Amino acid sequence: MLDFIARRFVATIPVIGMVAIIVFAILRLTPGDPAAIIAGDAATDDELEQIRQHMGLDKPIYIQFFLWMFQLLRGDLGFSLISGMPVAQLIADRMGPSAAIAATTIVFSVLVAIPLGVIAAWRQGKMLDRAVMAFSVLGFSVPVFVTGYLLIYFFSIQLGWFPVQGYKPLEAGFWPFAQRLVLPTLALGSIYIALIARITRTSIIEVMNEDYIRTARAKGVTESIVLLRHALRNAAVPIVTVIGLGIAMLISGVVVTESVFNLPGLGRLVVEAVLARDYPVIQGLILLFSFIYILINLVVDVLYTVFDPRIRY
Amino acid sequence: MSHELAKCSPVRALSLSASLSAVLICASAAQAQTITAVMGTPLRILDPIINTSSIARDHGYMIYDTLLATDAQNKVQPQMVDKWTVSADGKTYDFALRAGQKWHDGSPVKAEDCIASIKRWGQKDTLGQVLMDMVSELKVVDDNNFRVVLKEASPLVLQAFAKVSGPALFVMPKRVADTPSSQPIKEYIGSGPFKFVLAEFKPGVKAVYEKNKDYVPRREPASWIAGGKVVHVDRVEWVTMPDHLTTANALLNGEIDYMESVPFDLLPMVAKSKDLKVVPTGTPGFQAVYRFNHLIPPFDNKLIRQAAMHAIAQEDTLKAFISNPKYYKTCAAVFGCSSPYASNYGADMIIPANVKKAQELLKQAKYDGTPVVLLHPTDNVSSVAQPVVMAQALRKAGFKVDLQAMDLQTMQTRRASQKPASEGGWNMFMTIIRSVDIMDPMRSYTVAANGKKAWFGWPDVPQISALRIQFARATKPADQKRLAEEIQKQVIDEGVVVPLGEFQPQAAYSKRLTGVLESPISSFWNIKKSAK
Repeated sequence: MLDFIARRFVATIPVIGMVAIIVFAILRLTPGDPAAIIAGDAATDDELEQIRQHMGLDKPIYIQFFLWMFQLLRGDLGFSLISGMPVAQLIADRMGPSAAIAATTIVFSVLVAIPLGVIAAWRQGKMLDRAVMAFSVLGFSVPVFVTGYLLIYFFSIQLGWFPVQGYKPLEAGFWPFAQRLVLPTLALGSIYIALIARITRTSIIEVMNEDYIRTARAKGVTESIVLLRHALRNAAVPIVTVIGLGIAMLISGVVVTESVFNLPGLGRLVVEAVLARDYPVIQGLILLFSFIYILINLVVDVLYTVFDPRIRY
Repeated sequence: MSHELAKCSPVRALSLSASLSAVLICASAAQAQTITAVMGTPLRILDPIINTSSIARDHGYMIYDTLLATDAQNKVQPQMVDKWTVSADGKTYDFALRAGQKWHDGSPVKAEDCIASIKRWGQKDTLGQVLMDMVSELKVVDDNNFRVVLKEASPLVLQAFAKVSGPALFVMPKRVADTPSSQPIKEYIGSGPFKFVLAEFKPGVKAVYEKNKDYVPRREPASWIAGGKVVHVDRVEWVTMPDHLTTANALLNGEIDYMESVPFDLLPMVAKSKDLKVVPTGTPGFQAVYRFNHLIPPFDNKLIRQAAMHAIAQEDTLKAFISNPKYYKTCAAVFGCSSPYASNYGADMIIPANVKKAQELLKQAKYDGTPVVLLHPTDNVSSVAQPVVMAQALRKAGFKVDLQAMDLQTMQTRRASQKPASEGGWNMFMTIIRSVDIMDPMRSYTVAANGKKAWFGWPDVPQISALRIQFARATKPADQKRLAEEIQKQVIDEGVVVPLGEFQPQAAYSKRLTGVLESPISSFWNIKKSAK
């Protein structure tokens, strides 16, 4: 297993290298000019050219690429073209909110969705199953910003239970930290609960037709043991896959939720950097997201062996 | 505590209660000393000379001071300067600095800092560039005095030094102001009423300012940017909120104190609250304009430019952007409706639509159906609706229009291209400009018509350049007014820049705040914050 993990880590290097090349090329082919953002609306051509020279954007693209690669090899992600701050610091500042919302959403979703999925599978075709599936469709269908605004309206404006927006780090105290995550977690959770509940239901229904389930039942094992010990464990592989992908998506791409609840996370940083053509920040973020995806896939692969001992690498 | 109080004598209990109340009030007042504001755009660039955005300018006013300032009557007033004298020939200006001014690091403000700041600003600002061409000497007389000597008499020195934005002449320490004007500064120390807290700065998230306790405000009452900048709070936090509805909800919920720019569609919701006050912000407002590319067909033809001007109605575009006419007005003045140089020349051409006239002009110009590439920035709330209306109006008059949707960044890059439209160029774009930046022929970069050195669109009208030089030299207000009117005529006739009307953004703030100034900028001096 350790050999497998080591090989997978080594394999990330060419993948990230390819991602770096592709991202660099795409960004340079995209129209846009960070100098125009820095200089403002009234800037003349001459002023823009001076700023481009200062930022090194007048150099040939291959020189810019090699300079960036050289920086990367030294572990330096460079500096933002717009704010002048280190990219690593900008990313580190935004990691907290993204990690927090990803963690709370996944924990909440798993805790709610898996029992719902199991119950729906157990009561397949019955009222309870239909209710769970109806909730799933609703969770998928209602855009997260609608859910977000409704939650804000009822729980913040009408009831005053939670703040409308914002993020406080854990160092500011548990309650200030937690109370600002409740509504975004509920809003995002509605989608992930729907997704995970559906996958859980489908996987369990599939497993419930297997011979070993029939054997377990024939041996007189109780239905709850059949469901939780035999069916759920064997249905875990697709569920874990979906959860893994969900975590990666939550860290990198919940721009709308971050905007509606004013969470200063990585998703917003990506959008801001793209709109400003802040190349070093975009490149740094894409590399980070690639690494997160690779890491989460690796963890998911390892978890497969835990849930299904037949899987060996 | 109540049990202990019960055991006390009535007098002692009363005194304890009073003390407790005082402590609670003090604690509450201490909490009240931070103003949390959501500005129109997030602060990302900290150099207000290199970047001309409103947010960089407002950041500049927080931490820097200016030599002179403009008051609400549009008059020049001293700010860092204590007094100035002008020689009899009008060529030599002597400035004396107010005593006791300090940088945020405690060192004294000196005349050499002012000279270095004037030089850097003079390289970037369009008015500064004109002024620098007229200057023969910038001289440090001593630590508190400096001199500006002109080649010829001009009142431009005072107007330029008191310029509100675009950029304003922010005075920085010499070591900072010596940074080349093409490179952003790296140290953020000023002598202004607030200190910038760099350690808490998160670009696009939060900017924090603390009261500069060493700042000595002027004694005059605050008026626009001029007068005493008296700070009554300890701290101001500019928090970024990307979603306007969330910002409005946060304001209604008391989580923030000030929202710089309330979208017009949310104004009714905010105005209903008894805890909030809605006021004009960024006075005297903003002007929407559109610009032709004079270098390439079809708008290299004056008649075709005029046809387009007849085709587009101001009110149609304003209605598409702001439904409530309370917040906009139609106006032909290229220097802004409230400018002392406002002129109505050309109103018949650019305010109402006259499709018939546009069609006649197109026929006269033998328009061959060359498509008009109209740039359409779809991610910018203040310029997303108008291009659609403009495109339809042009089509109605007989133009073939290619409305190209893009993000604002792409538009800003694209409009710098002088290539033919088929090779990535363009024919028309519209944008929003602060009215305070265009209030006279020298401040307004949009009326400059010096060919490829002009702003995007590159109009080449030598008469306008000559008139602007005459304006810079004119010392009598009547002459200036006459010259401005002549420039307006040339600008409209030649289609240099076309106003699309003006609008007045609105800010909303908690009624706990008092003393909020109406001004072209969002200033945080003069404001007091009461406890709940």
